[in-house]
Amino acid sequence: MSDPRLAVIHERFEDVNRIIAVSSGKGGVGKSMVATSLALNLRDNGFNVGLLDLDFTSPSTHVILGAKDLYPKEEYGIVPPVSHGLKYMSIVYYSVDEPAPLRGEDVSNAIIELMAITKWGELDYLIIDMPPGIGDATLDTIRLIPRIEFLVITTPSKVAFQSVRRLVVLLKDLKMTIIGVLENMVMKQEDYVMEQVKELEISYLGRIHYDEELEQAIGDPDKLSKTVFYEEAGALTSILV
Amino acid sequence: MHEWALAEGVISTATKFAKENDLKEVTEVVIIIGELQQVEHEVLQFALEQLKTPLFKNAEFVLKSQPARFRCRNCGHEWDFSVEAMTEDVSEAIHFVPEMAHIYIRCSECGSPDFEIVEGRGVWLATIKGVRKSE
Repeated sequence: MSDPRLAVIHERFEDVNRIIAVSSGKGGVGKSMVATSLALNLRDNGFNVGLLDLDFTSPSTHVILGAKDLYPKEEYGIVPPVSHGLKYMSIVYYSVDEPAPLRGEDVSNAIIELMAITKWGELDYLIIDMPPGIGDATLDTIRLIPRIEFLVITTPSKVAFQSVRRLVVLLKDLKMTIIGVLENMVMKQEDYVMEQVKELEISYLGRIHYDEELEQAIGDPDKLSKTVFYEEAGALTSILV
Repeated sequence: MHEWALAEGVISTATKFAKENDLKEVTEVVIIIGELQQVEHEVLQFALEQLKTPLFKNAEFVLKSQPARFRCRNCGHEWDFSVEAMTEDVSEAIHFVPEMAHIYIRCSECGSPDFEIVEGRGVWLATIKGVRKSE
């Protein structure tokens, strides 16, 4: 008994140069904002970029992008539509913002399905907005895309960082590539996260300050591109390029 | 799953199996297709014929349907999948990602979305027959 979906997944990514999972041990740390801004920043720098939202129970990149009236095209598989210059794939094309009450095995199957049908074509970067935690989506992406690289997001909160630490320890145990840890929503300068990250012997990628204007830019990438958040997230591109 | 993507997966999986088992040709591939996926058999058969390599020149692709059945985790009720009860959009969403059933289908007894797809969810290769290089 063989699952034919598994045989084609590596082919779907064969023309994608780098695949970067924006992850965190905890929800609410700004993964989706960072993932979307990073993808748009890379686009600004002339790269061919894809954005995949794998947070099936709480997809939100479509809200940040203001992506409306989009639907994938059928062409020997599913070709993601382009939104603001990004090849963009999300479960919302099929779930239409309805609640998706999926258990672990269902999440796993939906991830495999989406990866097996989506034809990305040539990309310099595919940015994946991951769901929080170290559950099915993290384990499945590691299993299905062994060359995936992790960009880990935390806030200055000790609670958030302890969840992030567990994710980093798992990724290190599994010998996955970790680009580093980015500290988001910083309100005052403290070195707690930086010191903890250094103890884990991985890169501390810097800080993005809490930006009061950010909420007003959600749904409007042009407005987003003028925020301090976007500019600070853009510093990541120099690390990736 | 899209029929062409599925056909690619079938050919890749059977090719890998043939290599691992030293087959010089594949003569039959039996594919079980869960009803929930609503795969169009004619389109899949056509895609398989288009994508097949010389390894499959005499191969027969046998497509078998498996009815989809659900069991509610809340009240234990079991019921059958019915495509007739769905709109075209819902049917298409479930065709591409069958887990979308949990969004659009509810237990017909208690209304819960927390149900198990007992059978008929996926597509898999049941058997692959061929001729060994040594034969």
